Amino acid sequence: MLYTNDAYTPYEAEIVEFIKEHHDIFTIRLKFTDPALENKYFFRPGQFNMIYLYGIGEVAISIVNDRNHQQGRFEHTIQVVGRITKGMMKLNTGDKVGIRGPFGTSWPMSEAKGKDVIIVTGGLGNAPLVAATEEILRNRDQYGKLCVLHGIRSSDLLIYEDMYTRWNNSPDTKVYMATSNSDPVDNGKWTWGHGYVTNFIPQLDVDFANSIVMTVGPEPMMIGVAKSFIQAGVKPENVYVSLERSMKCAIGHCGHCQLGSQFICKDGAVYPYPACEKLLEVKGL
Amino acid sequence: MSHYYFLPHQRIDDMLALLQADGYRCVAPRHHDSEINYDTINKAKDLPWGYHDKQQPGHYELSKSDHQHAFGFTLPTASVKPMLFKAKENVWKVQRNSEGKLAFEPIVEFEAIAVFGVRPCDLRGIEIQDRVFMENSYNDIRYIKRREHQFLIAMNCTKAHSNCFCVALGDSPHADKGFDLAMTELEGDGFVVEIGSDKGRHLLDRLNLEAATGGQAQRAVHKVEQAAIQQTKSLPPIKQIEAKLMANLEHPQWDDVASRCLSCGSCTQACPTCFCHTERDEANVLGTETHHTREWDSCFSIDHSYTHGETYRENPKYRYRQWLTHKFSTWRDQFRTKGCVGCGRCVTWCPVKIDVVDEINTICK
Repeated sequence: MLYTNDAYTPYEAEIVEFIKEHHDIFTIRLKFTDPALENKYFFRPGQFNMIYLYGIGEVAISIVNDRNHQQGRFEHTIQVVGRITKGMMKLNTGDKVGIRGPFGTSWPMSEAKGKDVIIVTGGLGNAPLVAATEEILRNRDQYGKLCVLHGIRSSDLLIYEDMYTRWNNSPDTKVYMATSNSDPVDNGKWTWGHGYVTNFIPQLDVDFANSIVMTVGPEPMMIGVAKSFIQAGVKPENVYVSLERSMKCAIGHCGHCQLGSQFICKDGAVYPYPACEKLLEVKGL
Repeated sequence: MSHYYFLPHQRIDDMLALLQADGYRCVAPRHHDSEINYDTINKAKDLPWGYHDKQQPGHYELSKSDHQHAFGFTLPTASVKPMLFKAKENVWKVQRNSEGKLAFEPIVEFEAIAVFGVRPCDLRGIEIQDRVFMENSYNDIRYIKRREHQFLIAMNCTKAHSNCFCVALGDSPHADKGFDLAMTELEGDGFVVEIGSDKGRHLLDRLNLEAATGGQAQRAVHKVEQAAIQQTKSLPPIKQIEAKLMANLEHPQWDDVASRCLSCGSCTQACPTCFCHTERDEANVLGTETHHTREWDSCFSIDHSYTHGETYRENPKYRYRQWLTHKFSTWRDQFRTKGCVGCGRCVTWCPVKIDVVDEINTICK
């Protein structure tokens, strides 16, 4: 985090590009207006920022790396859920927001070196793993095989289509995608798979005992993914998940993101699965 | 030089005058309507002379006698918390110009406050909140400034109310640390004063108090022992509570207490250690300036766990369990201390008389 004085106050950032991904999903490319911050800003894949919309409030959103890997720039892909994200949908290039961050733990990029990497996402869970995927592809020789599995309800919900095509054409990398909707609205244009992402497990040409799994999606999906890959032979400690809870402050003060002893904002959001397995099993914790 | 001094009741005003001359606003428990609460005082006469309180589950009552004591009551209704972590405050503001440019500015307001009469449990409450707001990886500059400009005069307990349970938690009605001065009141006489910091010593030096007599010092010790003996509640050792609560997340007692709990959050508002808050924007109508506020929240509010379209703690059982397990178990993992000081406010101010000590004892049996 950038701050030395007050951890509550955001810094101004400018939208350098607004990309509409879907009717309720959009991506904003950002840079700090203060060049000193632009030079200093650095995040690790899996971390998040608090984005502030003038007059409305702050929301925690995971960081997507800048598409051009430019220093001091970063992206956020956002789905309209509440009033803050609804307001953000109306932003344009040149508009200003506030940024605090980065916060939280990151994906195990160094632990994954020398291993096969399996990235499993559902819905908009793909956004928090873009930066990790890109980091592997930029340091391709340091990692084993890369499998990217992505599940969506129906084909019209696919975002980042060009990126998936590029990844699928990268060395030692394969993308698997599936729609769970039994009546796909694709008019025959959908050339990927159907069903659940875990159905791909038998097809994966990886050494499960020497693989790392990173997964983001709805909690029941992440639990299912973790259990399935552990059953396939991945060591439990090599399965990583990213959890989500309400966050008002992101600095461990507001109490909203607690899960048992954990503050998701600082102890997470990325966890080795065994560290949160028991907590996720208790309803209402 | 001495370790214990004596401040006669007649010289309280001298102490207050010195603190005021040093730039402090003096705050002490005061009687207002039907309660004793912290407020500004100017003179000793503003103290709640002769008042006693009676506290039971869901019950608080004051009475007045002609006893010559200012601290014959047990606890003020609120702790010191609102002076440091305010119930609601603006933490920053942002101005937006006609081009849409945003200028953010932190709002850090503080003043020098001397608190005359802090009970040992409330001192421990401050210590616990210090770990959240000023000994954490990210700290709150407002809280830090207020702590730096605070003068704390502890008031050891000479009486317990029936909801008090600091002793059951392994603490005592004697202030152990975290004060500038600590005093014990001897009725009809004055206070035995103990020094806890250089700041405290500097104040006492200028008051030219006499050393306490051996008799006074012993009477003070005896009075505080009486307050400990008056406490009747018992609990298993805290380490045992911490382990048992998290091992009994499906205990039937959670349903039982949930059937009584109103989920009103009174306990969290009265608690000296609860730190949950929410943040919101208050924008002006012109769209040129917004104040960003921080306001106390409660884990008993249904919105507290609302995330991305889902409410994780959807019923009072989950919310009560969150509150109790946090206070008495997971707080240790988070802040290397317990989350309760045994002041009993959550019991007194519970409208349906839920006694946290009874709930713990049932679950940890």
